[in-house]
Amino acid sequence: MAKELWKGNEAIAEAAIRAGCDCFFGYPITPQSEVPEYLSLHMPQHGKVFVQAESEVAAINMVYGAAASGMRAMTSSSSPGISLKQEGISYLTASELPCVIVNCMRGGPGLGTIQPGQSDYYQATRGGGNGDYRTICLAPCNIQEAVDLMQEAFDIADTYRNPVMVLMDGLTGQMMEPIEWREIPKRELPAKDWATTGKHGRDHTNFINSLYMVPEECDAHNAHLLEKCALMAEKEVRCEAVKCDDAEIVITAYGTPARIALTALDVLRAEGVKAGLFRPITLWPFPEKELHTLAGQDSVKAVLDVEMSAGGQMIDDIRLAVLGQKPVSYYGRAGGVIPTVEEIVEAAKKALKEAE
Amino acid sequence: MAIVYQKSKGLTDAELHYCPGCHHGIVHKLVAEVLEEMGLLDEAIGVCPVGCSVFAFRYFNCDMQQAAHGRAPAVATGIKRTHPNQPVFTYQGDGDLASIGAAEIVHAAMRGEKFTTIFINNAIYGMTGGQMAPTTLIGQKATTCQLGRTVEQAGMPMRVSELLSTMDGCVYAERVCVTDIANLNKAKKAIRKAFEKQMAGEGFTFVEVLSTCPTNWGMSPLKANQWLKDNMVPYYPLGVIKEV
Ligand SMILES: Cc1ncc(C[n+]2csc(CCOP(=O)(O)OP(=O)(O)O)c2C)c(N)n1
Ligand code: SF4
Ligand SMILES: [Mg+2]
Repeated sequence: MAKELWKGNEAIAEAAIRAGCDCFFGYPITPQSEVPEYLSLHMPQHGKVFVQAESEVAAINMVYGAAASGMRAMTSSSSPGISLKQEGISYLTASELPCVIVNCMRGGPGLGTIQPGQSDYYQATRGGGNGDYRTICLAPCNIQEAVDLMQEAFDIADTYRNPVMVLMDGLTGQMMEPIEWREIPKRELPAKDWATTGKHGRDHTNFINSLYMVPEECDAHNAHLLEKCALMAEKEVRCEAVKCDDAEIVITAYGTPARIALTALDVLRAEGVKAGLFRPITLWPFPEKELHTLAGQDSVKAVLDVEMSAGGQMIDDIRLAVLGQKPVSYYGRAGGVIPTVEEIVEAAKKALKEAE
Repeated sequence: MAIVYQKSKGLTDAELHYCPGCHHGIVHKLVAEVLEEMGLLDEAIGVCPVGCSVFAFRYFNCDMQQAAHGRAPAVATGIKRTHPNQPVFTYQGDGDLASIGAAEIVHAAMRGEKFTTIFINNAIYGMTGGQMAPTTLIGQKATTCQLGRTVEQAGMPMRVSELLSTMDGCVYAERVCVTDIANLNKAKKAIRKAFEKQMAGEGFTFVEVLSTCPTNWGMSPLKANQWLKDNMVPYYPLGVIKEV
């Protein structure tokens, strides 16, 4: 198929429509506003639902209502707005409701900046709201991958009855690049016989709930959610390793920094430094085994984590996966500053030197 | 033998957990009867709140969702927009609706969302043990205003029906109570009218039911009924507040 030039946020929105999204509920915030803007025009044209909610809190609860009644529902926002959605995400996960949440991250904390950031990693991968739970977190590093992952996001959500977060940084949302609309294989999905669609002759009522007054029942519910997490961790891990076969330095990065690191690899290799890139695509479940194995490889002397975050957040998972086999160091910029190729090259050389 | 009275098919056989004399159970019955009489039980999708009626999903014989505290109108928006031909309702307390969920109910009314809200105004936070609500009367004691609510500390109580009536999207708002048979019949008529207008696609419909919480008011059920009539009705006038 021919390539088309698309802006990231609009491409994500169009991909959602193609993935069969029935309804979208959102609230404006930079740098993701093109998602609701695009969908406000195009969802009704496809006979689908668009509502601009009064807040992110309302938007995520509209998602709850629609998802609970069997619809493919989606919302999008950026960091401060995603913070407001956390109560809803906790309820959605507790009530086992599938939905897709896009976080087009900006720098924080507080109002932070409207420039790209990656400081919501903890929030996205540790649950984010109250309670023991996880949401699957997909982290595309370019628009093509973001678009390809949207169909998957909805399918994974439906497969596990669990919210899926697409975590990208503001740069992926704001930039334009050529993409092609690929046919993504659809999964075989379970029937939504649990949904509150109205009884329509059913001999029992369906209800959606996350309250358990008996502690043992709530404990059992938690155990069930945990089992589901184990299944997702077993089946849904995705990652990419580039030029890692002979790598002496492995750079770990996701999203935009991973893209910049690809160029850094070429610069390093031209200078005789054997550099590789390890890129988690699912941030939760984290590709722990894959990174552990790679770090254990004889050629690898050091690991350098690069993020758009002040002290690094993914680095905790990197360390847990590397498990002390090799030294792990960090390079990052926060507040909307994007690491350059030169900075990454320097940091990689420094990491190698320190390891030797 | 002729049957003169039987439980509505709109209610399940689950035992209600409400305190003796609490009006929640009476209002459940009225909503259930209206849904049954209008033939809507098979189609209806309800949303219950966080508050004493959090377990209403066990009692109504229709599909139900339990919403986060105050968010029922947003949840109902998600349902109704994707199921435009089905009856959708929220059932909410005054802490849930008038305090933490004030934005959600105002904006649902503003958008003219075509669902019905049953609003249980018992002038207190029942479930959490009797704290002050936005609807607690001046002078009324609650655990967070132990000497009685004052204007200086908490302002004047909120009249939600009147507030929502200012929205063009709200086509019907009536305030009722269920302290006696005459008022109970009026309440049922109001609930029916709200659902009829919803099904006719007219807009947002709202029924406020002044209710007792004998437990947290520290009164017998009969005394609570009388207190409601003597104190709540003068501040919260009964009747149709708006009908388009
Ligand atoms: C976010 C959040 N804040 C606070 C609570 C605690 N809480 C549970 S019920 C309730 C008040 C309910 O009062 P009301 O809506 O008047 O219902 P009633 O019990 O009187 O019927 C509160 C504050 C909660 N569950 N969630
Ligand atoms: S605490 Fe009050 S509102 Fe709650 S069930 Fe008891 S009487 Fe009813
Ligand atoms: Mg109350």
